[in-house]
Amino acid sequence: MAMNTQGRPTAPGTVSSSEITTFTGNRGLDHEEPLIFEIGDTGRTGVDLPSAPKAKSRLGGLERKAEIGLPGLTEPETMRHYVRLSRKNYAIDSGLYPLGSCTMKHNPRLNEKMARLPGIGDIHPLQPQSTVQGAIQLMETLAHYLMELTGMPAVSLSPKAGAHGELCGMLAIKAAHEAKGSKRDVVLVPDSAHGTNPATAAFMGYRVKPIPAMADGTVSAEAVRAALGPDVAAIMLTNPNTCGLFEREIVEIAKAVHEAGAYFYCDGANFNAIVGKVRPGDLGIDAMHINLHKTFSTPHGGGGPGAGPVVLSAALAPYAPLPFIRKDGDKLLLVEDEGAAGDAKPFGRLTAFHGQMGMYVRALTYMLSHGADGMRQASEDAVLSANYIRASLKDLMSQPFGGPTGDRPCMHEVLFDDSWLKDTGVTTLDFAKAMIDEGYHPMTMYFPLVVHGAMLIEPTESESKQSLDQFIGTLRFLANEAKHGNDKSRFTEAPMLAPRRRLDETKAAREPRLRWRPPAAKAAAE
Amino acid sequence: MAIEKFSKDHEWIRVEGDIATIGITVHAQDQLGDVVFVEVPEVGRKVSAEEAVAVVESVKAASDVYSPLTGEVIEANADVASTPGLVNEDAEGKAWFFKVRLSNPAELDALMDRAAYDEFAKNG
Ligand SMILES: Cc1ncc(COP(=O)(O)O)c(C=O)c1O
Repeated sequence: MAMNTQGRPTAPGTVSSSEITTFTGNRGLDHEEPLIFEIGDTGRTGVDLPSAPKAKSRLGGLERKAEIGLPGLTEPETMRHYVRLSRKNYAIDSGLYPLGSCTMKHNPRLNEKMARLPGIGDIHPLQPQSTVQGAIQLMETLAHYLMELTGMPAVSLSPKAGAHGELCGMLAIKAAHEAKGSKRDVVLVPDSAHGTNPATAAFMGYRVKPIPAMADGTVSAEAVRAALGPDVAAIMLTNPNTCGLFEREIVEIAKAVHEAGAYFYCDGANFNAIVGKVRPGDLGIDAMHINLHKTFSTPHGGGGPGAGPVVLSAALAPYAPLPFIRKDGDKLLLVEDEGAAGDAKPFGRLTAFHGQMGMYVRALTYMLSHGADGMRQASEDAVLSANYIRASLKDLMSQPFGGPTGDRPCMHEVLFDDSWLKDTGVTTLDFAKAMIDEGYHPMTMYFPLVVHGAMLIEPTESESKQSLDQFIGTLRFLANEAKHGNDKSRFTEAPMLAPRRRLDETKAAREPRLRWRPPAAKAAAE
Repeated sequence: MAIEKFSKDHEWIRVEGDIATIGITVHAQDQLGDVVFVEVPEVGRKVSAEEAVAVVESVKAASDVYSPLTGEVIEANADVASTPGLVNEDAEGKAWFFKVRLSNPAELDALMDRAAYDEFAKNG
């Protein structure tokens, strides 16, 4: 089996469950919120609707015979339920969010204001194109800046996440190979890659061949050359990589890849480290996704849909998926079907409509409000913040690739391993949970997989020096306690102050309970 | 007397006659953590050495299990597929994954004995 070299405990183990108990189960004004089905009951309703007039059913016997079973709640009950749930959510708007490889930067309110302008917020994707020329112009402008910042001749805006962008770029690569009649079936992926890279390749039917990194955490052109062959379709390389390091041999790697007749997919998730500093197109890449929800400040995850536009080299541009924008005199045309694609050979389409319009608006707002100099400075500040944290913690925490003195600079994120925790009885997981009790969302842990007990910290440019100093102070306190403290329960028992104690991830995976059942059905099923 | 061998990919192999029983090592399950899912190969499948033939998943990672040897799968362990926790309880016993009828027993020579594997695992 392919070995995973980290021992993250996923069951609670020895953590005790002693807690202050209250009559209600609530913790102060932090409510123990039941499921909505457990609050309402089917006999109640929050709205007073007139009873439905008798009407002849046209459903041909398919109409529902029994009650649908939705809970009825009053409006205040409904409000409270969702507000209480939202208060359990931790977000960049509530505090520092140092998740490495995620670029949890501030989402400026100006972005939101622009996205809500009626001329943008109220349009519909099925409107005639002549009535939404402004929106298409906005997409064209965003596309222009993405190409400008990456030094690439084409971009496909529609992918809806980084992983979706990977699929888009790799489908273009596959189409390009197919057009040449070549049947290559291997994709090279370094050991430190994000899981979506091998998953994308495997999903498309490619065999994934891992490339080991050098002792310094980067990939050598020599290792790539050794792995290349007539069966290799592409390499997927992240730059800066998931260890927070710039792949210095990237130009040579690109050359070797092209000489072997393969294409170069670059994972651009970490683009925030290099905007305005280096153009990926100048490094010889063929395709790269850009997570607008990372680098260009649009919300993440539950905060909003992602968007993962893909820039493409001249070799891949003809295969870009529908829809794409074409200038037609002084009009802009969104080419929606293959018949109108002209010389282009789109591999298909990835999304029903044109992608995440609201995110395009937010990303463009970020670009225009920062300007070229502002975007460059954001990258510089992101790298500076990560190095400030690195330099402030290097005497206490170990860096796998920090060099002999721990002084090797990192890019936008700093990677620690758990060798400094050896013989302390504290694991990376314990340390991360103790951070929660101190009011900090943990860093990314146990990723990248190439490092034992990894802790990957990405502060982004959003944090002030004061905020960074508080964070560093907390980590220094915890690190000293882990190393020298007598009582390790602060770690092994953590989190003590979260709504839930240590969760049993093992049980959740082995016996997942994915839906609520009415008590009667549940009793019958058991 | 069964021959016991180990692969660099952390599989153990017990050979009796031309039948090899294959599973993952105690060291491997320890690194994986609690195993929550196991998929075993279909009986009758022809496998070649180093081909991915089974899957083991813990909460934190999914890994392929390779057949260290070439041959045909003659039996797969339904118990380990239905009770993945068996891998944590008895990795090198009850939690075997599959059995292969060897077509090239010479491949065994390239594998490690227990002492060599223990040394390898310690450094890996
Ligand atoms: C290096 C890397 N690649 C790809 C992705 C996938 O991006 P997304 O989550 O938008 O699908 C991520 C996101 O976490 C990442 O960190």
